[in-house]
Amino acid sequence: MSQNSHGIGGLTFDEKKKVRAPEWNVFFALILIVAIFEALGFMLQGQSFLFDSAGRFDSIFNEARLKIIILQVAIVGIIAIGSTQVIILGGIDLSPGSVVGLTAMVAMSFAQVAEVNGLANPKLMFDGIADLPVIAPLVVGILCGVLAGLVNGALIAYTKIPPFIATLGMMVTARGAAKWWSKGQPISFPTESYAAIGEGMNPVFIFIALAILFHLILTYTVYGKHTYAIGSNEQASRMSGINVERHKVLVYTIAATLAALAAVVLSSKNLTAQAGMGVMYELDAIAMTVIGGVSLSGGRGSIIGTVIGSLIFGVIISGFTFLKLDAYYQEMVKGAIIVGAVVLDQWRQTRASARL
Amino acid sequence: MSDIILETRDLTKHYGGVHALEGANFQIHKGEHVAIMGDNGAGKSTFVRQITAVEQRTRGEVIFDGKPVHFAGPIEAREAGIETVFQNLALADDLDVPSNLFLGREKVKFNLGPFSILDRKAMREATMAGLVKTGVKIPNIMNPIRNMSGGQRQCVAIARTAAFHSKLTIMDEPTAALGVQETAQVENIIKTLKEQGESLILISHNMRQVFDLMDRIVVFRRGRICANLNVRDTDPQDVVAYITGAKTGAEYADAV
Ligand SMILES: Nc1ncnc2c1ncn2[C@@H]1O[C@H](COP(=O)(O)OP(=O)(O)OP(=O)(O)O)[C@@H](O)[C@H]1O
Ligand SMILES: [Mg+2]
Repeated sequence: MSQNSHGIGGLTFDEKKKVRAPEWNVFFALILIVAIFEALGFMLQGQSFLFDSAGRFDSIFNEARLKIIILQVAIVGIIAIGSTQVIILGGIDLSPGSVVGLTAMVAMSFAQVAEVNGLANPKLMFDGIADLPVIAPLVVGILCGVLAGLVNGALIAYTKIPPFIATLGMMVTARGAAKWWSKGQPISFPTESYAAIGEGMNPVFIFIALAILFHLILTYTVYGKHTYAIGSNEQASRMSGINVERHKVLVYTIAATLAALAAVVLSSKNLTAQAGMGVMYELDAIAMTVIGGVSLSGGRGSIIGTVIGSLIFGVIISGFTFLKLDAYYQEMVKGAIIVGAVVLDQWRQTRASARL
Repeated sequence: MSDIILETRDLTKHYGGVHALEGANFQIHKGEHVAIMGDNGAGKSTFVRQITAVEQRTRGEVIFDGKPVHFAGPIEAREAGIETVFQNLALADDLDVPSNLFLGREKVKFNLGPFSILDRKAMREATMAGLVKTGVKIPNIMNPIRNMSGGQRQCVAIARTAAFHSKLTIMDEPTAALGVQETAQVENIIKTLKEQGESLILISHNMRQVFDLMDRIVVFRRGRICANLNVRDTDPQDVVAYITGAKTGAEYADAV
């Protein structure tokens, strides 16, 4: 048995002719889309999209725009890391946007300062709860996520409600709770240490760190193996002795916890929390995931794909801004991207099964 | 200490109004290889699903290795020593061969609960070693099962049970979709199990196979056991008569 062969029974297999990993296709799509915007940029605006056209010497890239793109993508990207796992599991989660709203409100109310410019904080949520160490809002925020995820997971795993319905319920409920929390008032004036979490490019670093962490977890741990297995064949996984119900609860809890982390980063970056935060983030996250090659029917996809998918998403959105198209167009195009990605996924499926 | 590895008493399963399995009394001895035959829908798979606790039985007893058992699910049955190849295979199509072989009982390097680190190399090597014995041909075991032929998939499912030592192996129509060569391979695995003294319940429609490999034939008809025949004292025509209902074993006179 030669060292690089994984074949048995005398059948040989050429390592060099290995099928290209699907992530490469997503990556080429990214390059292609950038190229299209470059071309449009030169035609319509007379300037480059991502490259520096001011002729500076220190960089070939338009750093400002690149930064905007990845910063824009980072926070929803954190949610997409969770959506990826849920979708690989064969489920769907519509609640993260609302979990962001609720968590931002709750966490921020434990992150407020006592005094603003020498006067008592006019927005203080709870008397006497101010100037807490940063760990307090973090823990409270994460607990919000864990709780929402446990409810999602338990409903789906034990009452067998379809994930779409269960998480739709959470989407509405959590948004309601977010509004109820401060009777619709925004909560502002966080402590310096809380504000530091989402400062500058921190959201991007947090996104990358979480992406790497969950890439490793999905690839190298039993948790990852079981997530793919359940998404691929739930019945078989159950018969093989995987505790499918418990695993589902775990995955939905992790997804909601990631949404809660996104909420902390977002509210810290904006220095305020509002009940309407995170509206539609779940759809953006699902779009990033599906663009990244994660199959809506479960069992296939990767965090790497989703990260590239999130970049594609960011490039398209800021590409439209760059071409000075109205925000209305952006939303319509977003809708088209989501549907388009799903159509592409369907098409990949039928092609894959046609090969059998 | 008796040498009966598995016994069922009055084992019964109703799906609503459907009496899929009715009062099955069945025994298999240690080291014995017993065939279960019967027409489609006779209740053979249902019988297996009650023993392995894929479903919970309506009534009756299962006595495994001398003790009455009430497994909560297939994993408990497996942990107790019953390995099963289900008729619908129970493979995860998107995973590669080692992942399927070790599904639900992965080898780990560090135990961190659900986040335990997989020992992928050990699983790969054990897979190679296990599959080589079965004689199956697979170009690359690291490919997803999805891209493999029906026979290769079947062999993976069977290798999965053969790779782990068990007190009782149950195979539900393991060669139904296989070519001549693959069938021979599966039959080889069955012979190996016999030599190793492992007990086996084989569900099969293949008369030749049953007469070549098995010690005893139990016939199911419309949810009931209607015959219990020693292979040496019977012949295929006889078995067909029992399957179709032309004949019924004396001790099963009520099973009409
Ligand atoms: N989950 C279920 N709900 C209702 N009826 C069922 C269910 N499972 C099986 N049955 C019925 O029980 C009867 C026995 O089915 P079973 O699968 O045990 O047959 P079998 O003997 O294995 O047949 P085959 O040789 O085709 O595999 C059939 O009539 C079937 O329709
Ligand atoms: Mg059957």
